Amino acid sequence: MQYLALIYGAEGGPPPTKAEMQPWFDFGKKHGEVILAGEALLPTSTATSIRVRDGQELITDGPFAETQEALGGFYLLEARDLDHAIAIAKEIPAALYGTVEVRPIMALPQPE
Amino acid sequence: MTVDAALTQVMRNDFGRVLATLVRITGEFELAEDCVQDALIAAHQSWAERGIPDDPRAWVIRSARNRAIDIIRRRQRFREKARVIGELQELAPHPSSPEARMVELPDDRLRLLFTCCHPALRMDARVALTLRTVAGLTTDEIARAFFVERPTMAQRLVRAKRKITLAGIPYGVPDRSAVDERLSGVLAVLYLVFNEGYSPTEGEQTTRVDLAEEAIRLARIVVGLRPDHRECAGLLALMLMHHARRDARQVDGELVLLEHQDRGRWDRACIDEARPLVEAALRGGAGPYALQAAIAALHTTSASWEETDWPQIEALYRVLLTHQPSAVVALNHAVAVAMVHGPAAGLELLSGLETALSGHHLFHASRGELLRRCGRIEPARTAFVAALERVGTEPERRFLERALGRLDA
Repeated sequence: MQYLALIYGAEGGPPPTKAEMQPWFDFGKKHGEVILAGEALLPTSTATSIRVRDGQELITDGPFAETQEALGGFYLLEARDLDHAIAIAKEIPAALYGTVEVRPIMALPQPE
Repeated sequence: MTVDAALTQVMRNDFGRVLATLVRITGEFELAEDCVQDALIAAHQSWAERGIPDDPRAWVIRSARNRAIDIIRRRQRFREKARVIGELQELAPHPSSPEARMVELPDDRLRLLFTCCHPALRMDARVALTLRTVAGLTTDEIARAFFVERPTMAQRLVRAKRKITLAGIPYGVPDRSAVDERLSGVLAVLYLVFNEGYSPTEGEQTTRVDLAEEAIRLARIVVGLRPDHRECAGLLALMLMHHARRDARQVDGELVLLEHQDRGRWDRACIDEARPLVEAALRGGAGPYALQAAIAALHTTSASWEETDWPQIEALYRVLLTHQPSAVVALNHAVAVAMVHGPAAGLELLSGLETALSGHHLFHASRGELLRRCGRIEPARTAFVAALERVGTEPERRFLERALGRLDA
């Protein structure tokens, strides 16, 4: 079985320092064998939501906010810029009925 | 010329241009803006002490460029350091002859416009950012124009710029597959700026000429860069046709309806600029802006209210409704129908719009006027009172009060 562990928490504050990252490094080291991928996200203020309806792309500022729908999966994309990411995101089949939220990955301090 | 006047001129004419060029070379929106800002502050000091240079614009460009080179040189790690500094050093400010201005990198400003109007930004942020960076208005001016406090507007601008940087909104004209869709987003922003200038939602003025003129200035740039795009031409024509009537629309602070405007006070130069644009915009399948421009043109080129070609206006609204099936367009269509087929026919169409437009003063005002023309004075009174309860600007309020007063005459 594979599982996605989703991390929720309050936003804001300065980016973490290396010292603050230590527990995360420790966690990564301890469970390195079972962690397939993991990233931190920039805050929701950097999010862009994409939907495609009747062949029209609908792009809006901000995170996905509907309460009727829930997170159903993810892709980690390597894209040139937001337009490139949007171009790919709108071809994700779920964009035709759900919403795809695109959020940049945060650059974090790395362990030595 | 005073230092302030010289600086204002540079801000208005060259801020967007200089900023756009620095963004292109450095790829960094905030860095570029800081550098241009610093250059303007430096100019203020230096010019007051040493006098205004012969070419103020070149001075500002040079100063902003040097500031950018300084900042980038001091950076520890920057992959593209050598290329960026090289390009900045080559950026010799052109002499500001008219020819030089014509050829000088118009694409940079178009790129900047696409960045500011990106759909991943909130609409109010797009409008503010466009006015700030492409048009060179100050944060204070934009805050005043949209009736918000300065800190609120400053915050909105900071957030938008941060999103551009962090989310990786590109600085560039989108590729062929997306450019038309994005261009329509750019036009929507310009239309919003113009509309806020043409009919502000609040305040004492019925027209804010400054915002309307900014929108026209930006639309001219877009048309200059995409002369083949029909909706660009259509939007510029639409703005010009409305702008032409600005002096006749408000006389001594009072709103004057098209019917009673002194057509001699319409701006002929505006109309003459707009006319060929309307023709170009209509050639081969007209879009919504072109259709609205054509309607405005029929009004503006008619010798009198009585001679207005209402059947054609009604037909154009009908086509516009197929593009934009909005209640406001339907309201305008109903008014045109009333002019062609009589007020009763117009009222019948209006009754279908009640739910959508009951909060809109123009709906009740139009209804009141058509009821009056049918001789139904009491229902007309109720409608004008409903309009008064919903009106936002003072001249419009006084206009409705006069209409109400005339019912008793």
